[in-house]
This record gives sequence, C-alpha cells and structure tokens, in this order.
Amino acid sequence: MNEGLIIAIIIGISVASVPLIFAAIGELVVERSGVLNLGVEGMMIVGALAGFIVEFHTGNSFLAVLAAMLAGMAIAFTFAFLTQILLTNHVATGLALTLFGLGIAAFAGRTYTEVRIELIPATHIPLLSDLPIFGPILFSYNPLVYIAFFMVFLVWWFLFRTKQGLILRAIGDNHDAAHAIGHNVIRYRILAILFGGAMAGIGGAFLSLVQVPIWGEDMTAGRGWIALGLVVFSSWQPFKVILGALIFGGITILQLHAQGFDIRISAQYLSMLPYLTTIIVLVSLRLRDKSKTNRTMPNCLGRIFHSTS
Amino acid sequence: MSNRRLTSILKISLLSAVMAFTSNVFADPVKAAFVYVGPIGDMGWTYQHHQGVEYVKSHMGDDVEIEYVESVPEGSDAERIIRTLARKNDIIFTTSFGYMNPTIKVAESFPDVKFEHATGYMRADNVSVYSARFYENRHVIGKIAGHMTNTNIIGYVASFPIPEVIRGINAAFLAARSVNPDVQFKIVWAYTWFDPGKEADAANALIAQGADVLMQHTDSTAIMTIAEEKGVFAFGQASDMSAFGPNAHLTSIIDVWGPYYLKRIMDVKNGTWESTDTFGGTEEGMLVLSSMSDQVPENVRSQAERTLLGLSKGLIDPFTGPINKQDGSPWLAAGETPPMFPDVITMDFYVEGIDSKYPD
Repeated sequence: MNEGLIIAIIIGISVASVPLIFAAIGELVVERSGVLNLGVEGMMIVGALAGFIVEFHTGNSFLAVLAAMLAGMAIAFTFAFLTQILLTNHVATGLALTLFGLGIAAFAGRTYTEVRIELIPATHIPLLSDLPIFGPILFSYNPLVYIAFFMVFLVWWFLFRTKQGLILRAIGDNHDAAHAIGHNVIRYRILAILFGGAMAGIGGAFLSLVQVPIWGEDMTAGRGWIALGLVVFSSWQPFKVILGALIFGGITILQLHAQGFDIRISAQYLSMLPYLTTIIVLVSLRLRDKSKTNRTMPNCLGRIFHSTS
Repeated sequence: MSNRRLTSILKISLLSAVMAFTSNVFADPVKAAFVYVGPIGDMGWTYQHHQGVEYVKSHMGDDVEIEYVESVPEGSDAERIIRTLARKNDIIFTTSFGYMNPTIKVAESFPDVKFEHATGYMRADNVSVYSARFYENRHVIGKIAGHMTNTNIIGYVASFPIPEVIRGINAAFLAARSVNPDVQFKIVWAYTWFDPGKEADAANALIAQGADVLMQHTDSTAIMTIAEEKGVFAFGQASDMSAFGPNAHLTSIIDVWGPYYLKRIMDVKNGTWESTDTFGGTEEGMLVLSSMSDQVPENVRSQAERTLLGLSKGLIDPFTGPINKQDGSPWLAAGETPPMFPDVITMDFYVEGIDSKYPD
C-alpha cells in the first residue's frame, strides 16, 4: 500500500459518507421534534433529480443545490401537511412518501437518463490544498463536503445551545407538556420536517452532482434507509452521526478496495452491517434505559399530537 | 335492467367472436407484447430491447401492433402481467431470466399464444428461448484492453457471480493475455446491476489501485463518467456509452435484438413460428461493437476488426484450448473448444492466470 492509495481510500470514505450525513442530520432534527419520517429515501431521490435537472439546464451549481433543497422540502411539506394537520399515521405516511418520491422522480426524470453533466469541481484552497498528505485528505473536497460537517455542528449548536433547540427537544419528549406551557407544537414540527426535507434533498443531490454526473432511476439505492438507521445508531446525538456515517461509508469503500487486493469478505454480511449495528445500538440503548441513566430516544417519537384546546 | 345488461354482454361476446374469426381470415396486424425488467431509460439492457422494438416497428409499420410494460418485478406480479398480455396478443417476449417460471406457467393456459423467453432454458411447444453469446464481444474488448493498458492492470466491475458474468471475465482475460502476457485483472464485485454511486466508488477504487482500463458488467453509465474524470479508458456495456466519456470511451458492447424480434414476429404473421432455442452471437448479428475511439491505434483496431470478422464467420471461439482452470487443472486441450452445455452455459470457475479468488 502506497501513500497515494491510502489518500484515495480516505477521500473515498469521506465522499461516500456525505449523502448519509446530510440525510441523517436532517432526520435527526425531525425525530428530536417527535416526528418519525420514513420518507428520507423519497426526499433524497427527488433532490437528486431536481439538482441534476437544474445543473443540466443552467450549469449553475448553486441553483442546482437550491433546487434540490426546495424539491426535498416540497415532498417533506406533503408529509408535514398529512401528519401534522390531518394527523395521519407517521409510519404509513412516510412509507408512502418514499414510494411516491421514487415513482415521481422516475417519471419526471425519464428524459434525463441519456445525458451527463460536469461534476461540481473540488475547491482549491491556496496553500492548504497543496500541503502534502493533509492537502488532499483535508483541504481539497467539494464545498458540500465541508457544509455537511458544518451542518452537524450547526444542528448540535441549535439543539443544545439555543432556546428554540431546547423547546424542540421538549416537544419531542413530551408534546402535551410543551403545548400546555404555550409552545406551538405543530409549527415547530412542520419547520423540523421541512429542514429534514431540505437536508435529504441536498444529500440526494450530492450523489448526482458530486459523486456521479448522471441521473438514474433509484440511484439513491437504499441510502435513505441507511440514514434512518444512522439516526438510531447515533442515539440522536449529532456528532455520533459523523462517526456512524464514516463507519457505514467506510465499510462500502474498504470492501471494494479489499476486493482489489483479493481480501474477500462476504458481501452479504457487509450489506447487513449497517442494519445489524443499528439493531445492536437499539438493544444496548434499551438495556441502559433500565437504569434510567441515558434516555436519549425522544419520548414522543412517532406519536400523533392532537391539540385538545 | 339485468336483461339489457345480459344482451349487451351477449352482443359484445358475439362481436368479439366475429372479430376473432375475421382476424384469422384477414391479415390483421400481428399483436406483440414485451415485458421489460427495467425502465427503458436504463441506457443498458432494457434500452437495447426497446431498440429492437423500434426496429420491428420501422420494418413492419402497420403490420404489427406492439405494447410493452416496463420495470416488471421478477415475482408474482410478472405472472399477472404476462397473463393479461396473453389475453390480447399473438406473441409475448419476456426479456429477463427471472420471468422463466411465470412464462412457462402462463404459456400452459394459452396454447395458441407464442412465448419467447430471454436468457432462460425452459421450453415448451409454444415457448422459445433466446440469448446471446455476450462473451464474444468481451473477447474483442479484452484484446483492445491488453494493448491499451500501460500499468498492465485492467479493472473489472462485475455485478453478480452468475455464469454470464463469469464467461465475460474469462473471455476478456484470455484475450487480454493473448496480446499482453503481463496483464492482470483486478475484479471488484458490486453485487448490484444498477447503483451508480456504488459503481462509481468501485471504479474509483480500481483506478486508485492502478487500473488504467476499466471494464464493466453492471448497467449504469457511472463507470464511464468516472473514467472520463480520472483520465483512464473504459468500455461501454449493452449500449453505446460514448456520450458519457468522450475521451475515456474506447468502444461499447452492443446487444442487437431487432432482427431476431422481426424474424420471430414475421414467423407468427406467416404462420411458420416454431419453438426454438437461439444462442446467437456475432455470427448471427446479435452482438456488435460501437464505433471505436480514435485513441485506439490503427494496428489494434485492425486486429479487433479481424477478430470480429472471425467471430462473425464462426471461425473463432473465445474459449479455444489449451486452457487450464484457475487451480491449474486442465479444462481444454490444445485446439479444443468447450461444449455449450454444461461448460459454457453453467461456467463457474476462473481460468488460469486470474489472480483474484473466485467469489463464494
């Protein structure tokens, strides 16, 4: 193994984790507010398509990312309207959202399968990008990569260092109490859902704008579900999302490299791994729960809030 | 009320009986239906089948009516869809391996309808099977790859370890070795037919490990675009992918179904259709290569063209001995070619010289 290869592996892992980080950090805020949105995959694929279409027609990456956010938010708004205003079941609505998103993206994207775009170029930071080893590993990514990591920090800061973040967490833990002391549960939740949609949209667009310059039906290929698993894996702690995403992204990249070196690990085990770890984390959380020391799962997760007054 | 409904039902059935009668007497258009496993826009497998449909339409015009259903899952839905189509069509093409059992089952209940199943092996009086010797084209691109690599490492993104994919790897490797004894294959299994993100990751991994020519047996154009970004060469799969890598693209393997479909539908029209088993290749015109890139030097190009010519005349078999299996045990003696069944149809081993372990 030479230096260049190790650098390539590290870059590969970071890039593979970014769509997961975006989607998971958005969903983390949604779940912290007590809403379970299983439509992440649907919001991601719609973002991937919207970003691709705008990039193809305008060549403007900023507009493309914006379009991806808006597309994700549009789908998320449907979910918000159904679950928060019409009080439908979160799980069923979220699943419907995923199927709807995959279907509509496949339909709307039919004519875009025959074209390619130019990838959004990586940033070149003078001096820093030219450093040996650290230059390529740390300072020569696409701007969206840095934004992803920054979003994690931003979400942590919002949730644990601002009043609104505290209210959001309170709503997620006990919406009746939060409502009783005068907080607008529905409004907080709708905003959280829209934020989740925007983040999932960017996560999807990262795939079609940065990882591969093409659009393909179902190109998210289950990443939305891995992101959902990641939120549980992180036990709803923002920084653990990064850890989980690096592990899950790392598994994919390392196993591809391992095959090149003829180290063979069964692919079936590897594709199980994200979900298996999620289950293990869930179990360990439950076990710890008995001692009432670490209750991180939002208490009202997935419960319908019906304001009585 | 119910009486009136009854008469109208009678009228309709009478009408359809008359229509059925006239259709036997007059040369009505042949009704053909296609069942696709993916979207037409996959730019690969299904796209090429649909090109075949367009070919038939352009040749038969009003003499044929074609309908198709896209993205039909290979489960119980398939049987329902094939059954629905069988009620109103003369011939049905089911274009994926997984449709085998449903096709046979539906064919039993519709003895007058003709069925054509792609890549399977189960036949009946009204069920034909057809496939192509895709490995012949891989033999040609193997030779090109052997010449074009400078690092002597050829990266291969494979989908699933099924005989079709294994045949492709072996054929390409033997051809590459025949022109470049130092060449080595790095094979990465993606365990998917279509996941652009993962295919791109695999391509990046192979390039980082020194591959400067990429081959793929997955369906998306992702690998071609990554090759373009990284400045290495690549071959397209199933359809012409040159637009996705103007500099990277050397040539693409192209499946040609049109003439076969035309012949089979014409046979139905002429009443000469019979249940057959077709495993066509370059010789039968079922496989071609797209135009070769200018980056391919003249001598390599002419060698590739000679090979194609030899294949098209049936003079070349990509598997011509002496060939040993990976473990060194003999497979084919000098000059020997393998029987189609079981050796080629069920191929489940690497040939000698490939370093990678055979996948479990």
